Amino acid sequence: MRSARYIGYLFILPYLTFLGLFLAFPLGFAVWMSFYDYFFAAPGAQVERPFVGLGNYHDLLLRDETFRTTLGNIFVFIAVNVPLTVALALVLAAALNARLPGQMFFRTSYYLPYVTASVAVVAVWGYLFFSEGLVNHILGNLAPHPSWLVNEFWAMIVIALLVTWKQLGYYVLLYLAALQSIPRHLYEAADVDGAGALGKFWNVTVPGLRPVTMLVVILSTIIGANLFTEPYLLTNGGGPVNQTLSPILYMYQIGIEQADAGYAAAIGVTMAIVVLAIAAAQRFVLERE
Amino acid sequence: MTTVAKSPATPAGRRRAFGSVAGFLALCFGAFLFVFPFYYMVVGALQAEPDVSISGAFPPPGELSLTNFHTINERVPLLRALFNSVVYTGGVILGTLIIGILAGYALSRLRWRGRSLVLNLVLLTLIIPFQLLMIPMYVLIVRGWGLADSYLGMILPFLVNSTAVFIFRQFFMQLPEDMLDAARIDGASELRILTQIVLPLSKPAILTAALITFIGPWNEFLWPFLVTKKAEMQPLAVALANYISSVAASTANPFGAILAGAVVLAVPAVVLFVIFQRYFVESETSTSLKE
Repeated sequence: MRSARYIGYLFILPYLTFLGLFLAFPLGFAVWMSFYDYFFAAPGAQVERPFVGLGNYHDLLLRDETFRTTLGNIFVFIAVNVPLTVALALVLAAALNARLPGQMFFRTSYYLPYVTASVAVVAVWGYLFFSEGLVNHILGNLAPHPSWLVNEFWAMIVIALLVTWKQLGYYVLLYLAALQSIPRHLYEAADVDGAGALGKFWNVTVPGLRPVTMLVVILSTIIGANLFTEPYLLTNGGGPVNQTLSPILYMYQIGIEQADAGYAAAIGVTMAIVVLAIAAAQRFVLERE
Repeated sequence: MTTVAKSPATPAGRRRAFGSVAGFLALCFGAFLFVFPFYYMVVGALQAEPDVSISGAFPPPGELSLTNFHTINERVPLLRALFNSVVYTGGVILGTLIIGILAGYALSRLRWRGRSLVLNLVLLTLIIPFQLLMIPMYVLIVRGWGLADSYLGMILPFLVNSTAVFIFRQFFMQLPEDMLDAARIDGASELRILTQIVLPLSKPAILTAALITFIGPWNEFLWPFLVTKKAEMQPLAVALANYISSVAASTANPFGAILAGAVVLAVPAVVLFVIFQRYFVESETSTSLKE
């Protein structure tokens, strides 16, 4: 079947062309650009784009206070978002797995934010959390001053809560599918040993879900490192004293607004390496336990 | 606590009943937290004067009006923005179905060297975040090819959704080999086998792939925001976001109109999800956990 062999390449060709043009090329281009002083210019104009070697990286890592701030912000985001996501998704999936009445309704409601546009979600969260909003009405004197979204401490935490809320349904379904594949005999063995519901949850369910937990931790870290829409819209492009400025939002400001594409590309490459390193470290820790 | 008292008197039975009640309460509390913002979005969109007090969350039906929808429509031409969203999303779905089905078929039912390498590439694309590619993609498409303010410029980077390629591949793998071989012995070409035999059997996979592809471009903000500067080319998510960031400082109480726009943006995705949720959930478990 010689013809079948060649037809395989013909069928995959459009997809490979797509990957080449819009994945491999931009990836390589990003790395290349990050070694140059690559500025945008008016159409037709010839500009010097000198090779600067590791110059962009040197400035970024050693001199750029703002970039350091964005890394700290993302750290706060991940510290709130990741543990909360894992804990809530696990609890809700376990509760769903008990086959209580209203299953379908609960699943649907948890998944709704996931299919809704961030822009729409940000609109209603902004309405809930602005200084005169419903949340502060309910809290009364307990409301923080200044209010949530203009508060140095709270703004990033509100964003982390929003993203947790938006993505949680996806992770609940991942956990639910994994729960249904934990062998029943493990629970029966625990019953024989006289384990209570909590004991079974801790000693059978949690270890059985470790692979999914790893996936959830890594995916939510990647999503956190790529935060853009929420800080841009909810906290007016960076929030109080840049406390919600994310690396990607910073990259946008440098690369598009200030036309310094080479430096912005260096931010992108650095973030990709940071995320891969964090993911690898998380994987190492979670697998070793 | 009456539920506990009614359950079997053994300690284990009592604990189980208590666990069920606690679980059910947790689910209800969770559902409230997830659904309430959507309810509040609709209520806020229907109140001509936003009422942020607690009782304002439950207005009498007589006080509701469509004023905010008129207001947002004057600032952001909703029909035009919806049309742009439909063209953008439709282009991505079309590209994904044509190119993705061919690729899925090649990766499952055709034999050629390098197949497993390409399959690994598909999985790799799923973890490379688009944001990383934002700057070079902008230089290439907007500066290099001059595709600013065009549908093609919006669509191209998203033309094929790799998750859909994976869904097609997984689905085609399950089809019986005998059936395809019989057609091959009859002399049918691979393209004919794909279109006449495989595709008619693949309606669930096509629907799943189309649905999960839909929520990408429909909800996407960053890329179309970079590509479109002219208002008449902006998809709804971008037009609404620009409205939010431009009025945030200037208008005293802009929330009603913003929420009305948010409702128009959210409704198509939510309705599709509620109608077809079975297909969404299937994609979830099949792409993430198998293999």
